[in-house]
Amino acid sequence: MVFHRKHILGLEELTAEEINTVLDTAASMKEVSERDVKKVPALKGLTVVNLFFEPSTRTRSSFEIAEKRLSADVLNFTPDQSSVVKGETLLDTARNLEAMGAGIIVIRHSMSGAPWLLARELRSSIINAGDGSHEHPSQALLDLFTIRQIRGDIRGLRVLIVGDIRHSRVARSNIWGFLKLGAEIRVAGPPTLIPKEIEDLDVKVYYKLEEALKGVDVVIMLRIQKERQESMFFPSLREYSKLHGLSHEKLRQANDKVIVMHPGPINRGVELSSEVADDVNSVILDQVANGIAVRMAMLYLVASGGRSV
Amino acid sequence: MDSETIARTVSRITDEIISRNRDSGELVVVGIRTRGIYLAQRLAEQVRHITGIKPPLGTLDISLYRDDLQIKREWPELKKTDIPFTIDQKTVILVDDVIFTGRTSRAAIEAIMDFGRPHSIQLAVLVDRGHRELPIQPDYVGNKINTKKDEKVKVLLDETDGKDQVIINRE
Repeated sequence: MVFHRKHILGLEELTAEEINTVLDTAASMKEVSERDVKKVPALKGLTVVNLFFEPSTRTRSSFEIAEKRLSADVLNFTPDQSSVVKGETLLDTARNLEAMGAGIIVIRHSMSGAPWLLARELRSSIINAGDGSHEHPSQALLDLFTIRQIRGDIRGLRVLIVGDIRHSRVARSNIWGFLKLGAEIRVAGPPTLIPKEIEDLDVKVYYKLEEALKGVDVVIMLRIQKERQESMFFPSLREYSKLHGLSHEKLRQANDKVIVMHPGPINRGVELSSEVADDVNSVILDQVANGIAVRMAMLYLVASGGRSV
Repeated sequence: MDSETIARTVSRITDEIISRNRDSGELVVVGIRTRGIYLAQRLAEQVRHITGIKPPLGTLDISLYRDDLQIKREWPELKKTDIPFTIDQKTVILVDDVIFTGRTSRAAIEAIMDFGRPHSIQLAVLVDRGHRELPIQPDYVGNKINTKKDEKVKVLLDETDGKDQVIINRE
């Protein structure tokens, strides 16, 4: 097998071959979710801890279902009810969980780089479930997986990412993933939300959504992250929606079979008009279902890769 | 075994399967990856040839059911399982190329049971090379070969290897 990693931390460090191994494995895992009995014994006896320092419903539930479908023992660690409020450091918390026998720790943290710190200091396998504004590999992998299921191949597709590129770990992971698999990447949004350094990557920057949409095959709409807007980067939500929100009318600029994606949760009427969100082109609910298969693949592969190092 | 012997063996196994299951429920055939799939296809085609009815054909990857995942250093690459029909009340013919320790068959039986409650499961193999580690015996055997435990038995099939042949590697 071409996967020998003990951890999955980000798409920047994965090769195209490794990404394809995750996607191929996910395609096989998807079948398990289609059975009446949605459970296989692969990770029997392995303890997986979901260590989420930030609120999350979708990602945490999705990981939990994936873990249970693989028969792992699951512990959900919620910091607000724990010694973290008493001042325990991240590393001490994680070391304690490891001492309890955690084979895999799935971590979400508001600090960029937190998963790398754990990977360096602990013996457990680490899966990054989102770190600060840095990476969100499981989301990018499921976006790639969803598109590959619909279009067969990623290579040569024109992919546009719209919105708050500056604060978005989904955008960063997706840019790495799509570029590695040979897609063309465009980003669009207000200038205040597109970091200058983005041009160092092989990415085309647009400030007008209508222009950016011309001829694209995939549109990934990002959520406006009100919780990360410490200062306002645009005058009002209403103006944002008018200039950078996706409506049916604007979407006509894109290719006929354009795929519209959103990592959720949607701010209806801000990034997406309701009619676009509910449109047939939207694969948002497919993304959620595929997320389970992709996370099963990630768990299976790190459990396996951890042995060969 | 050469290609003619293999063809004759598949026919003989098919005859045995049909005569033994005259009174039991409908047959379904499930091949265990990788080469069991092609043998299963050949068996199903033979059944159609004789009875006029082609049994449903499925594919099973047993990676997620292995008993050695906790100790194995290299995990197998996971491929697709595809059993797009119900197995409830059916007679499932599991097909593999070689039976050795019996651990693959054990995993396959467990996997099949997760898909439903078959009337029965029967195991057909092209080669039985002995050295069982579990109380599992095939119902249909193409060829019994005496081997040493460290020898390797390799079944080559036209579909994957360009020719039909059984090779024993004495190392």
